[in-house]
Formats: sequence, C-alpha cells, structure tokens
Amino acid sequence: MEHTTIFLILAGCFGLFMAWGIGANDVANAMATSVGSKALTLKRAVIIAAIFEFTGAFLAGGQVTSTIRKGIIDADLLSGSPELLVYGMLAALLAAGIWLLVASKYGLPVSTTHSIVGAIVGFAAVGIGVEAVNWGKVGAIAASWVVSPVIAGTIAYALFRSVQKLILDTADPMKNAKRYVPVYIFLTGTMISLVTMFKGLKHIGLDLSKTESYSLSLAIGLICAFIGAFFIRKISFNEERNQSNHFHDVERVFGVLMVFTACAMAFAHGSNDVANAVGPVAAIVSVVTNNGEITQKSMMPIWVLLLGSVGIVAGLLMYGHKVIATVGTKITELTPSRGFCGELAASTTVVLASGTGIPISTTHTLVGAVLGVGFARGISALNLRMIGSIFMSWIITLPAGAILAIIFFYILKTVFA
Amino acid sequence: MTQSNYFSRIFGSSPVTPLQKHIDKVVLCVEELIPYFEAVISNDWELAATTQTKLVDLENEADEIKNDLRMNIPSSLFMPIDRRDVLEVLDLQDHIANKAKDISGLTLGRKMSLPESISSAYMEFLKRCIDATRQAQVAINELDELVVTGFRGDEAIRVKKMIEELHIIEGETDEIQVTLRAEFYKVEKELSPIDVVFLYKIIEWTGDLADTAQSTGNRLQLMLAK
Repeated sequence: MEHTTIFLILAGCFGLFMAWGIGANDVANAMATSVGSKALTLKRAVIIAAIFEFTGAFLAGGQVTSTIRKGIIDADLLSGSPELLVYGMLAALLAAGIWLLVASKYGLPVSTTHSIVGAIVGFAAVGIGVEAVNWGKVGAIAASWVVSPVIAGTIAYALFRSVQKLILDTADPMKNAKRYVPVYIFLTGTMISLVTMFKGLKHIGLDLSKTESYSLSLAIGLICAFIGAFFIRKISFNEERNQSNHFHDVERVFGVLMVFTACAMAFAHGSNDVANAVGPVAAIVSVVTNNGEITQKSMMPIWVLLLGSVGIVAGLLMYGHKVIATVGTKITELTPSRGFCGELAASTTVVLASGTGIPISTTHTLVGAVLGVGFARGISALNLRMIGSIFMSWIITLPAGAILAIIFFYILKTVFA
Repeated sequence: MTQSNYFSRIFGSSPVTPLQKHIDKVVLCVEELIPYFEAVISNDWELAATTQTKLVDLENEADEIKNDLRMNIPSSLFMPIDRRDVLEVLDLQDHIANKAKDISGLTLGRKMSLPESISSAYMEFLKRCIDATRQAQVAINELDELVVTGFRGDEAIRVKKMIEELHIIEGETDEIQVTLRAEFYKVEKELSPIDVVFLYKIIEWTGDLADTAQSTGNRLQLMLAK
C-alpha cells in the first residue's frame, strides 16, 4: 500500500485535533455542574477532569473505540480496496471536526458523537455502498440516543427522591446527610470501578476474574466512602449562614459527594468520547499496519488510546477551562444535592454505554438527568424549549456530518489515487 | 466557541429569587408607613411628604421587579410551581405595596390628621398589619428551600407553621380593628363627616395589608399542596 506514512501522520493529526476539540468544548458540560454548584473550584475541576478524562479514555475507552472503528462499517466488503476505508475514516474525522468548529461558532447544539457517527455512515453509504453500513448496529446506536437520556433521567429522579426522603425532608437533615452521603459515595466508587473492570483491563495487562472484579470494586467503593466520611467530618459548620438557608451546611456535605461524582463524570466522559476522536484513527492504523489487509481481529494499539487521552487533556488545559468557567456561572441552580444526582445518573448511564461499546452523547445524557431532577420538583425553572433543540441537533448534525464526510472522501480519493 | 454550550441553556431563569426580592421591597415599602404616620401624628407634613416619596420610590422599585418577572416567565418553562401561582403571588404582593401607597397618598393629599384619642390605637393596628406582611415575607423566603425539598417533608411542615402563624397575626389585626373602630365611633361625631368617611377608608385599607398578606400565604399553601 502506498502513502502509509502520510496516512498515519494525517490520521494522527486529525485524531489529535478531534480529541483536542472534545477536551476544549465537550468536557465543559461534564465538569461545569460541579463548578457551578461551587463544590469544586475551577482549578480543582480542571485537575480532576485532566486526571479522570485521561484514565477514563485510556482504561475504558477501548470498547466504544472498537465500535466506531469496525462496528458501523461492514469491512468485509472493503477487502479489495482497503484504501477506501482509510480515505473514508480520514474524511469522517475531518468532517466531524470541521462541523463541530462551525457549529460551535454559531451556537448550534451539536454532539461530537452524533457528528462522527453521521460522518462514518455518510461516507460508507455513499462512497462505498449502502450495504457497507451495518444498519443493525447503527439502528441500535440511534435508539440508544433516545434511551440514554431517558435512563439517566429515571436514575436521577430516583436518586433525588431518595435524597429528599432520606435527608432533606427529615427533621435533622444534617445528621442524615452525614450518615447517608458516604453511602452515595460508596455507590459512585463501586459503580465506576465495577463497570471499568468488567469491561476488562486486559489491554494494560490486568486480567481479573469475576470475583476479583466484584471484591476489588467493593473495596474501592469502601475506600472512597471512608475518604469522603473523613472530609465530611473536617467541614467546619457555620451557624450564621445556616439561618438564612437551612440547607447551607447540608449542601456542603453534598459538596464532598460531588467531588466524587465529578471524578465519575469525567471518567465516564473520557471513556465514551475518546472514541469519537480515536475510533477512526484506530481503523486507519489497523489497515495500514496490516499491509492493507482489513482484519477484524487485530488488537488496537495502545498508543491510539493514549493519543486521544493526551489530546483531550491538552484541549482541556489550553481552552476547556475557560468554557468550564463560563458554563459553570450559568448553572448555579444546580446545588450539590441536586447536581450530584445529575452527575451520578449521567455517569452511570454513560459508563454502562461505554461498557457495551455504544457511543452516546454525554451532554444529552446529562440533560436527561437534569430533567429527571426537575421532575422531582427539584429545579425552579427548566427551559423545555431546549429539548426541542436537542432533537434539532440530531436532525442537523447527522446529515451535516454525512455530507461533509462524503465531500472530503471524494477529495481524498482524487488526491491520493 | 463558548456559545456552543446549550447545556447551560436548559436552565431557565428561576422565578423564586425575583419573587423573594419583590416581597423584600414590598415589606420595606410598607414599613415606611410607620415613620410616615409618626410624622402625620406629630403634624409634621414636610417630613410626612419626604417619607411618602421614599415609600413611593420603593413601590416603584417593587414594580420594576414585578414587570421583569412577568416578562421572563414564558409558558415553556418547566417549574415545580404552577406558573399561575407564581403570577398570583406576585399580584398579591404587588397589591400590598399598592395599598401602602394609597394609604399614604390619600392621607397626605387630604392632610388628614388622626384624632389624638385613636392615634396610638391606630399605630398599634398598623404595626400588627405590617407584622403580617413580614410574616408573609418569612414564608416566601422559604420558597428556595421548598424547591430543594420538592415541597415535601419537614420543610413543608415548617412553612405550613409559618402560614398558620400568619393566620394568627391576621386574626389579631381583625380584633384590633374592631376595638379601633369602636374607639373611633366614640369620637366621630366631633369630626367633619368627610374626614370620618375617609378615616374609615384608611382603617379599612390598613386592614387590607394584613388580609392580602394572608392571601399570599394561602397561595403559597396551594403550591405546597400541588
């Protein structure tokens, strides 16, 4: 195969650019909740995001990446002309990246996930043939885009109702907060580690059995709960502030919990969204390094995930922190007791999707979770028109990504052929 | 690139904070009636006039908050409280400030002095009516906590107690009003009939302060019951 080095360099650059964009823009939604609720300072949020986006992407990003890489397109059809897959994936990356830039500039509600999936489906259906698309899988992905916000909303509703029942609506919310918040921390820690381990950490040389995974997750959950309980005890309470708002101190207890859910959120986001950048790169790399042979079996090289993880963190540190600050100031409505419900519900849903290899939109999931809290009468005003905008984003993003990808596909084909 | 953020846009502007700011202004406005009537009783019309200006300014500020809130409460907002209840409470609160303005306006315009024999009874009545509006303020100030607790549990019980307290205060103002009217009846024949008619009007309007405060509390109770 010709031009292999050029393909690899291009793939690396485009992938890095996409990952940078995700870090610069997308991470904000995942982290702003914690900043807006004042559970985290901006600096801490950025540090947490950097660490957990990286670990999420690196440890748990493989499954979704492999879906993007080989789940959407039926690669068998391409065995005769592997270069088409390379052009297509490069085109998809370019299309999604550029579309995101344009859409961000004009404030359109777009989703990275939707653009990359739209782009891949677009080039495959038009550039190769409608039968090249694995429509069953695409259908499942599209369905998950509807289901994931609903699931997150349901979990958030249940969580917030439980918080009301166990803590806020009781005679001594403070005492109950101190008692139950560590339990929620335990849940957060256990859930994230369980899903991560079940998906397998083979690619970093950790092969755990079922029992080992369970016990290790429970242990991690317990450790988190103890750390949380320690910090809750260290909070100094302020009687004066408590008079104007009875929940001022209770919220500070939830603030500790929110540090953990923020980690979970960043981890979940990294695990699902890194694939949007590196999935196509992985596909290109596997074609190029196998001398043009399209193989479904080859392991994904670890450096691809690493590239995505580094790209996300770079985008976050260079630009994302500004976006977090801006978004954070606009969502102060989500105090820790409500914000954590949203974050925990969304991160659970996203991590589960990552585990099953389904690319979903983290932001949409978070929106669903926030609505769930709203339905428990927990938020004083939600703008229902935004739900319409989210549907709009599906209608705009998919064809836009697809059309751009088709254009780039033909350009690349002409240039290299 | 920051405009891209549609996540933050799902949060509408909360009606709770403006509602609380509004009642704060309304109470400040009503409280001006005390220095105002003190000036009236001591026949210092100059001081009364400046106090009344202050009162009217506060009423205008409250009106601004009211108009802002009314403009920013589109029907596409999804809220834990009924949009109609919010507007209703706002109207009632507005009504309290308007009454305070009417009371001061009428007495100042007609330079109505209170007969000495009822002035202290009237001041007692006025202060208790203002207490009722303050109690309504206390209850409205719990709205944000109510939103956190989903209008249930201990917080809801606490607010119910506040509203009960408001009912008790309002009941007291009714009793005071009865004695005040009896006192006034004794001396009314010595005064000009027109003054008497208007003084009864002032007493009635002052009582309205407490009545409206109570209605505000009732509306709040409806929100709890939803």
